[in-house]
Amino acid sequence: MRESMEFDVVIVGAGPAGLATACRLMQLAQDNDQELSVCVVEKGSEVGAHILSGAVIESRALDELFPDWKAMGAPLHTAVTKDEVYLLTSATAGKCLPNALVPKTMHNQGNYIVSLGNLCRWLAEQAEGLGVEVFPGFAAAEILYHEDGSVKGIATGDMGIGVDGEQTANYMEGMELHAKYTVFAEGCRGHLGKQLIAEFGLDTEADAQHYAIGFKELWQVPEEKHQPGLVVHGTGWPLQGGTSGGFFLYHLDNNEVVVGLIVDLNYSNPWLSPFDEFQRLKHHPVLAQHLEGGSRISYGARAITKGGFNTLPKMSFPGGLLVGCNAGTLNFSKIKGTHTAMKSGMVAAETLFDALSNSEGARAELTEYANRFADSWVYDELFRARNFGPALHKFGPILGGAFNFIDQNLFAGKLPITLHDRSADHTHLVPADQAMQIKYPKPDGKLSFDKLSSVFISNTNHEENQPCHLRLKDPELPIRDNLPTYAEPAQRYCPAGVYEVVEEGGQARFQINAQNCIHCKTCDIKDPAQNITWVVPEGGGGPNYPNM
Amino acid sequence: MKILVCVKRVIDYNVKVRVKADQSDVDLTNVKMALNPFCEIAVEEAVRLKEQGKADEVVVVSIGPKAVQEQLRTALALGADRAIQIETEAAPEALNTAKLLAKVVEQEQPGLVLMGKQSIDSDNNQTGQMLAALIGAPQATFAYSLELDAEQVVVTREVDGGLKTLALKLPAVVTTDLRLNEPRYVKLPDIMKAKKKPLAVETPDGLGVALKQHQTVLKVEAPGQRQAGIRVDSVDALLDKLKNEAKVI
Repeated sequence: MRESMEFDVVIVGAGPAGLATACRLMQLAQDNDQELSVCVVEKGSEVGAHILSGAVIESRALDELFPDWKAMGAPLHTAVTKDEVYLLTSATAGKCLPNALVPKTMHNQGNYIVSLGNLCRWLAEQAEGLGVEVFPGFAAAEILYHEDGSVKGIATGDMGIGVDGEQTANYMEGMELHAKYTVFAEGCRGHLGKQLIAEFGLDTEADAQHYAIGFKELWQVPEEKHQPGLVVHGTGWPLQGGTSGGFFLYHLDNNEVVVGLIVDLNYSNPWLSPFDEFQRLKHHPVLAQHLEGGSRISYGARAITKGGFNTLPKMSFPGGLLVGCNAGTLNFSKIKGTHTAMKSGMVAAETLFDALSNSEGARAELTEYANRFADSWVYDELFRARNFGPALHKFGPILGGAFNFIDQNLFAGKLPITLHDRSADHTHLVPADQAMQIKYPKPDGKLSFDKLSSVFISNTNHEENQPCHLRLKDPELPIRDNLPTYAEPAQRYCPAGVYEVVEEGGQARFQINAQNCIHCKTCDIKDPAQNITWVVPEGGGGPNYPNM
Repeated sequence: MKILVCVKRVIDYNVKVRVKADQSDVDLTNVKMALNPFCEIAVEEAVRLKEQGKADEVVVVSIGPKAVQEQLRTALALGADRAIQIETEAAPEALNTAKLLAKVVEQEQPGLVLMGKQSIDSDNNQTGQMLAALIGAPQATFAYSLELDAEQVVVTREVDGGLKTLALKLPAVVTTDLRLNEPRYVKLPDIMKAKKKPLAVETPDGLGVALKQHQTVLKVEAPGQRQAGIRVDSVDALLDKLKNEAKVI
């Protein structure tokens, strides 16, 4: 029998959604003189270690959660001063779009450029101050169910299991955390969220979810190049042939610049390497002018849930809720998900608090959450943005962009049509022999870098002696099917060099370097046969992103 | 017997250290910090001695700003009984650290002082030795194994070319090496319990120690980048390069 602990609410994941849920719950408890026990488990070695986001954020949710956040020292230091949007037409050319031609939702006046990791560190401090137990380094590995099928809580992973599956001298059994309600806030493609969606059929009425992979690097640039508050977005080169996505470049404070590329995971060419697209993008003059003479401090990547309104699953099930990007609350038309994730958590907290106070007991499904969510501004935002992604997928960046301009600027998202995009991202790959091979330039070591030196500065570490956390349903499939048909795309879509096809005595072998994994979840999403399942490794493993 | 364990908050060993742009120090802003690995081994050893019934109290002490309480709480979660923080702005240099710890030893009168052989940030390997000298206690550094009884501690040390075993009269100072033990994982309930264990805050003034500055950091630099190697075709080419380019033969 595993040891267990009881809480009123257990929250999985210390990101903006999970921490906002925790803080709001405790605020409500204090306002009503009630005692609540709330705990947050986080697989990263510390809060913020696995957080990766652009990020330009809207402070709307934070304004509601902590109206005095400025006085309280929240790390929102850089207000946006200038917005630029580019369409890159070739490796050297690009057009800066006049503001009037940019969808309104992409204007950033009043927003802040932040490190989302640092914002989460701050939110965790507030949560602890309010009495929440925050446990970084503990991964929720398993969902626990009551006999009636409702969610009972989670179990943290065992520690000290060797690569052979046997217990080592340091073995420590996982713990059961039981709760009246469990909130899953794992972020994009959470491995428990995925199980819940399947178990309770939460997505039966939704379109297939859509994802992207986002890369981000943090740079230190020379003082004279630094323009704090500048926000640059763009699309076009180097993505081509139906591959969509866009880049960002923001000037923070302290001579820091972040640069990144988002590549939609419905791309069709198996030869595409999102990592190499990002590396060559930085050589475009529009970006290079900001980075030249600077040095790269950090690197990371993370999948993004971007399907929006039409793909949003049901967010409640008996015994728990799904919040933030684990459900998919990101507003793609604004390329922002923090404020919506936080608000989804705050609405969850209000729903949970009422349910706990009315002592109707646990296990009941909080169907009320859907009503409150529908009444909140998140719903309104996501509804207005519902066509943005599908339009780009259907009509491409130019015509889709034009549609979005009309929909967003002239009709404020209320055009009475809804576009759908129902095919899952992993179904889009075409066979390798029908696709154009892409030759990527060698990294120059100044603006562009190779994968391994990049992973190195993500500070990624996993205990080596542990079972592989990237599970293959069919271990033969990569070499038997994926290699001949798609030239095994995992070698290229993985941003950390986890997957390799190596030659051994004339035989190809699929190698998984699980220690390199930066927990982006792209393999779980993009494998054409859905053969790879990402499960949590030992708690505390993974990247240690500073200031990301 | 009471065991005093001295611990330090350092940059986490997984973090790739980066020098600040002005070369004044290593950049620690929002970087993951952790209990120094050698100190963690010292805490583990003390807790094991307590579990074996050879000690009845484990006290941990750390020096630095309020943030060091995080590492003290980790030590408490690992099994220490109570903690002392000596509040200073930054981690003081080795001699000041040893002087402060000497005062704590005077107050606490432990039978054994356990500490890491060095911290992975400054890599000085000085504090244990200085402390032993200041309190006039015998010392065994780089402990590989340790046997404690009421009168003495027998320590096997890692030395160049082998192992050396010493018997020390108590009270004694022992610094730990990497192979002494493998620290346990912290359990969730123990983290919650650790929050309720006593943690006292002292100041250098309160302990009657005046901190003196003996060293000044002039500059911190990242090591130079290593050039990629090249492949030569023949032994002659190699000899030529060694003689004329590298000028080493």
